Amino acid sequence: MAHEQHHPYHLVEPSPWPFMGAASGFVLAVGGIMYMHDLPFSVPVMIVGLALIVATMFFWWRDVIREAQYQGHHTPVVQIGMRYGMALFICSEVFFFLAFFWAFFDMALYPRLGTWPPEGIVTFDPFDLPLMNTLVLLLSGTTVTWAHAGLLENKRSELLWGLGLTVALGFIFSLLQAYEYSHAAFGFTDTVYASTFYMATGFHGFHVIVGTIFLAVCWYRAYKGHFTPEQHFGFEAAAWYWHFVDVVWLFLFICIYWWGA
Amino acid sequence: MTSADHAHDHHDHGAPTSFVKRWLYSTNHKDIGTLYLIFAVIAGLLGGAISIYMRMELQDPGIQYMADGNAWNVYVTAHGLIMVFFVVMPALIGGFGNWFVPLMIGAPDMAFPRMNNISFWLIVPAFLLLVISMFVPGTGGADGTGTGWTIYPPLSGKLGTPGMSMDLAIFSLHLAGASSILGAANFITTIFNMRAPGMTLHKMPLFVWAMLVTAFLLLLAVPVLAGAITMLLTDRNFGTSFFDPAGGGDPVLFLHLFWFFGHPEVYIMILPAFGIVSQVVATFSRKPVFGYLGMAYAMVAIGVVGFVVWAHHMYTVGLDVDTRAYFTAATMVIAVPTGIKIFSWIATMWGGSIEFRLPMIWAVGFIFLFTVGGVTGVVLANAGVDIALHNTYYVIAHFHYVLSLGAVFGIFCGFYYWFPKMTGYSYNSMLARTHFWLTFIGVNVTFFPMHFLGLAGMPRRYIDYPDALAGWNYVSSIGSYVAGIGTLVFIVVVIEAFSAKRKAGDNPWGEGATTLEWTVSSPPPFHTFNELPQITASKGH
Repeated sequence: MAHEQHHPYHLVEPSPWPFMGAASGFVLAVGGIMYMHDLPFSVPVMIVGLALIVATMFFWWRDVIREAQYQGHHTPVVQIGMRYGMALFICSEVFFFLAFFWAFFDMALYPRLGTWPPEGIVTFDPFDLPLMNTLVLLLSGTTVTWAHAGLLENKRSELLWGLGLTVALGFIFSLLQAYEYSHAAFGFTDTVYASTFYMATGFHGFHVIVGTIFLAVCWYRAYKGHFTPEQHFGFEAAAWYWHFVDVVWLFLFICIYWWGA
Repeated sequence: MTSADHAHDHHDHGAPTSFVKRWLYSTNHKDIGTLYLIFAVIAGLLGGAISIYMRMELQDPGIQYMADGNAWNVYVTAHGLIMVFFVVMPALIGGFGNWFVPLMIGAPDMAFPRMNNISFWLIVPAFLLLVISMFVPGTGGADGTGTGWTIYPPLSGKLGTPGMSMDLAIFSLHLAGASSILGAANFITTIFNMRAPGMTLHKMPLFVWAMLVTAFLLLLAVPVLAGAITMLLTDRNFGTSFFDPAGGGDPVLFLHLFWFFGHPEVYIMILPAFGIVSQVVATFSRKPVFGYLGMAYAMVAIGVVGFVVWAHHMYTVGLDVDTRAYFTAATMVIAVPTGIKIFSWIATMWGGSIEFRLPMIWAVGFIFLFTVGGVTGVVLANAGVDIALHNTYYVIAHFHYVLSLGAVFGIFCGFYYWFPKMTGYSYNSMLARTHFWLTFIGVNVTFFPMHFLGLAGMPRRYIDYPDALAGWNYVSSIGSYVAGIGTLVFIVVVIEAFSAKRKAGDNPWGEGATTLEWTVSSPPPFHTFNELPQITASKGH
């Protein structure tokens, strides 16, 4: 830059990752369409697309971490911008789930097949595994808060233990959910009850996995000493996301598992 | 567009010299805005060509050029989706929004410059998927998706359109939607976090206010579409039954979800045009805009109320009469803030020192024609009246008056207003006036007779019509050819301006142009506002 920069904002250097990410999205979409229409080589195309997307995310976030950690681009005002960005992203996620809750309530309040759940559908007992899962997620919400407190007070072992436990609880949740799916009395295609149930809980489960990976990355960064009590937005973003996933689960538990059964 | 002149502009420091780095790996809001504008022009020529082909088909009764009714529906779908997602939104939001939101608030760039680039590059594969969808199997052995841009099941379901064409269209919307959501978060963050010292929210130019409201609508509406088309996708390919009555589902659920997105979407297309017209009317009346705060909050009100009127698109699906009464009332409420805007534009001109330069002509054309479309909108808001007019050409006339003659006039208004700023060149005024008049006459001759056709009962999405409707259809087709010639003149305007290389000057519009983009050079340096501007005076909007 020939001009001296006299402002606190971050002018990012040109980057190949957005272009690569968009191109990988195209490959994955084409692979998905080939798969849905039983064309040959669809699975390899999808794997290539997915691998390229994962690689894009890896390199992109590697660059973000370098800019924050070693180049000092994340000034206080840039960090505020990231808070806005993450909060807005979570807002849009809420509206994504709104679509599935809308479908659920439309179908549950005005059951087109006469009753809800439809005749022949045996639902889960909400106070069996689902309650267990609720407790697991609520507990993980407290452990991530414990980790945050440890981070703010510069207690490294509390941060690592708190985060590690949160990741473990997220993993346990996913396992329990997989166990529940495999023992369900209704399949994916069994009436609109199954459609709404699996779509809402499935997308939630996907978000749990994403959130667990996010927290695991934060654990590694905490282990590497990236976070300070003053600057640790990556951790906060992961924690916000985790709480969002937690709140979605509470709505799923109350509305779909309990009231809807 | 600006690469040639950037190279020998002495202000220009920091622009990458490699083509790939500069245009494929860009993190610069002006370059990304330019990419969006070029993309929108290319997509617009395709979408426009399709519409002229459609008017050729309808010029006379009977079937002239197209294979059958399905082919007609494929063109309807392509025209609609291209114009909404790949012309109006990229031009107004991606193009002018990227270029001028940072400049108008005195920010050096967008908040997330790298994410800005993926917003652009995602619409390219999205567009490719949509174009490919026209040439792969859809329904009944024919190619393409014939569902219209609303992709209602059951026509968009496994039985209606079993081919992969529909799935390509769905993934096209997924990618375009991801692009929009990321762009929306970027605009909101930029506007909230990067205003220059002294640029309070109540001093922001109205174009920035328009982009702020638009971004919120995108952020909250587009994810609902994403959810709806995801359910459509699993219904088609993985055996769910959200919209399939055989499994207890209901196609009307899709209509609700689609229009919960779709209605905010039409405001997403028009609000940025409102913003541009506000800047232009104030500039060429040499007066601050009348009722600035009312203008800003009218847009906020339109955005908020726009989320609770969606079912006025579905009056004929069997909604309860009370529901229809509510949606009629709520819809007509929107006419109030819209009226505030129309009257405030007129009041801005009132007593002003008006100069009818090109952007102003487009702005006045916008106000007149958008009002016509708004008035027919109030007619259609009435559930009782809509039962008769639903799915007729009256509706086509209505939404083309607000979009084709509203949003697109807004695009040209902004283009002629900011072209000298973006490129540093001035265009040939005589040629540009020819473009305006050909377009103005062409689109009115095209769309005004559609009101008569609709009232006479001509249904939309159909390749043929009774002989009794031949007269106005003929007139309408002639109008589209005139508008098409106007578009060719537009291309000539652009080519002429770039070859003549007349220097435009930093502020070609004089003292009426008070916003910050006129304080930097034309074209602006690669990085603007390395030294943040201080906003002190109360002007600025």
